[in-house]
Amino acid sequence: MKTQEYTVVGTRPIRHDGADKVTGRAQYGADFQMAGLLHGHILRSPHAHAQIRSIDTSKAAKLPGVKAIITADDFPQGPDRMVDLGEGDTPLSYARGNVLAKGKALYRGHAVAGIAAISAHVAEEAAGLIEVDYEVLPCVLTAPEAMREDAPVLHADLKTKEFGEQTGRTSNIAEHFRHEMGNIETGFAEADVIVEREFHTATVHQGYIEPHNTTALWNNDGRILIWCSTQGSFVVRDVTACILDVPVSQVKVTPMEIGGGFGGKIPVYLEPVAAMLSRKTGKPVKIVMSRKDVFEGTGPTPGSYIKVKIGSRKDGRITAAQAYLAYEAGAYPGAMVGPGGMCVFAAYDIANVVIDGFDVVVNKPSTAAYRAPGATNAAFATETVVDEIAEKLGIDPLEFRLKNAAKEGTRRADGPKYRRIGCVEVIEAMKNHPHYSAPLGGPNRGRGVAVGFWFNIGLPSSCTISVNADGTVNLVEGSTDIGGTRTSIAMQAAEVLGISAADVHPTVVDTDSVGFTAVTGGSRTTFATGWAAYEAAQDIVRQMKERAAKLWETEAASVELERGLFRSGDKAMSFADLAAKLESTGGPVVGRGAVNPRGVGGSFSGNIVDVEVDPETGKVTILRFTAVQDAGKAIHPSYVEGQMQGGSVQGIGWALNEEYYMNRDGAMTNSSLLDYRMPTALDLPMIDTVIVEVANPGHPFGVRGVGEANIIPPPGAIANAIYRAAGVRMNRLPMNPPAIMQAIWNQRD
Amino acid sequence: MPTVYIPTLLQNLTGGRSSVEVEGETVRRVIDNLERACPGLRERLLDQDRLRPNISVAVDGEVTPMGLLEPVGPASEVHFIAAIKGGVASR
Repeated sequence: MKTQEYTVVGTRPIRHDGADKVTGRAQYGADFQMAGLLHGHILRSPHAHAQIRSIDTSKAAKLPGVKAIITADDFPQGPDRMVDLGEGDTPLSYARGNVLAKGKALYRGHAVAGIAAISAHVAEEAAGLIEVDYEVLPCVLTAPEAMREDAPVLHADLKTKEFGEQTGRTSNIAEHFRHEMGNIETGFAEADVIVEREFHTATVHQGYIEPHNTTALWNNDGRILIWCSTQGSFVVRDVTACILDVPVSQVKVTPMEIGGGFGGKIPVYLEPVAAMLSRKTGKPVKIVMSRKDVFEGTGPTPGSYIKVKIGSRKDGRITAAQAYLAYEAGAYPGAMVGPGGMCVFAAYDIANVVIDGFDVVVNKPSTAAYRAPGATNAAFATETVVDEIAEKLGIDPLEFRLKNAAKEGTRRADGPKYRRIGCVEVIEAMKNHPHYSAPLGGPNRGRGVAVGFWFNIGLPSSCTISVNADGTVNLVEGSTDIGGTRTSIAMQAAEVLGISAADVHPTVVDTDSVGFTAVTGGSRTTFATGWAAYEAAQDIVRQMKERAAKLWETEAASVELERGLFRSGDKAMSFADLAAKLESTGGPVVGRGAVNPRGVGGSFSGNIVDVEVDPETGKVTILRFTAVQDAGKAIHPSYVEGQMQGGSVQGIGWALNEEYYMNRDGAMTNSSLLDYRMPTALDLPMIDTVIVEVANPGHPFGVRGVGEANIIPPPGAIANAIYRAAGVRMNRLPMNPPAIMQAIWNQRD
Repeated sequence: MPTVYIPTLLQNLTGGRSSVEVEGETVRRVIDNLERACPGLRERLLDQDRLRPNISVAVDGEVTPMGLLEPVGPASEVHFIAAIKGGVASR
């Protein structure tokens, strides 16, 4: 599938929401206003692990301007059951417990009470008057510590599960899984070189610029109306309904514009609290988190402890690989170790593999998805070890990867065989890029490479399209727009209809106004909602052909549509001309598309990075950075490049600086953007992008989804570049100046 | 006949076999027949009449959104995957 086969797909039209975004007219959740609006605040635990003996709200309730206070006891306490949180199921008790702590605070920042008042300042002041009697308990902050038999236990009822079996062991290990393929002992026996290393990666946050926010109105008619910043309006609807024990049809969620999410705006934190406060007051209640709330009270991505062992023959063929992945879930089970296990060796064709994964609860905020969740940690380990083996064998690192690259028919250790994939094409594009052979141009400089894989997901999406008399169409969708998805979805409808992207008017609507649509996440939106738009447009084409046939007194089967022109024999009419005749040929034309697609195609990505390491300070400067990724088909290449650049920058931040800096008491001591060091434009060169297009045969336009795989390779590539610049193999993220200097000093010793 | 790949942690129920061939036109029927061949497997895979929350099923290389209702062909490969939260929904 080549770009020239299409008229709209593969072009770069101006985004539909661009004018509103650049003029400041776009409405974000914090902008939302209503008559009678009250302001909410969340009281959070100052302790990482504590029994809550009692909560006395009497003083706070007497503060003038305070309208209502709630605690976990105000939520319905129905029987436990599993609820879908958007990217996986969890017990209702955990979802509810994370929104407001019941009985125990499991991390510093855990929400304990909600207050509604006439202003945010009064609500915050009232929070200071709530008296919580805590019994402080010892906390545990890393997976290896939490896995020890004598570790403080977070959940007395948590028993380790092993593939559906309750082991009966009470511990902080929620789940253990194993993927196994071939014979690992035989594989390592065949190896001429074996490298085994341990790795630690820090907890990091997605760092979206817009804090979480919500406004809720529990209306007089019993309906709960919510306006919020979310990656999944239907997830907010369903989870809020579960926690408040009301039917889903009683909740209507309107997604506002979203100032970044990256996976972190899938979970629900504020909506049930705001709704319950609204019920108590009869007024709409708005809650906006501070940056400190975001860091301490919402889900970062897991820190991890990883061991990777890989063996290779002298000829550069990997014979065996073994991984041990222990990921921090935070306060409740659900670390991203599952995807980590799927992706850890996913770029390679290896006959003998064992992967053990452990989902471990610790006294940190409950983790959430973050761009290819779990895969970046794992790839950092794998790509560093792969690089070391290639060096020991004297083989070029990309050549070594090519020798072992996964391809169609390769079986991944978690089971499935790949269909058509672009791993080889991505590595070849890296090898052929001028960056790879360019001189480094100075001392203390090094070049590193790494690759990564993300499987992408499908899940349900819905769209409707209605035709306007002027030949434009209105497209209604349920996917909140992150990264220009309004346009990438509209372009797929435009391609089918033979009209321009500008003639498609996309609108993201509330949960009452479109069929169920899963989260904007998992790199699924352009793939799945785009497919729904494709189906809706096909429905329009079918109906429009019938109208043309009626006008021309012929059979609909004889009518063709090509580049916006309906034809039958010697008759022809443009889409716009036919649209003007809908009223006289039968009335409005509305198309619908609803999909739950198979055919998901995973995406590979790779980086070439040049760094300079200051031998006196350990500071790493990124000199040049090239990102390569298989898009399948780039619907809007600018937005694909934007995703690649954004993911790369987040990966660079994860690699070099970002971390939850925790003290012994489990408090994050850098919970502001001054101290949580994310890269800025001043820290980075222009990120060069190369889009590889190996069409996904499972999608009408060959789309794979590009939102995630790009964050995976940066830490590994940068670690490998640091090694060549400074001579030290890094095994810990972040690779900040103190860590690099320590590694240099250790080597000197 | 479809081939069912058995996760390592369930192979104690299949006498150590890593794959089992059983009849079945849907995932549900495959599990029914798997249970006859290897008693105890159904309980590990299903909670009442649905896949356990942290288990996904892949048919011919792709995690299926249809779960137990997914059609299975005579030459299909069926995998049960530990789908701990994050990126892959346990549908």
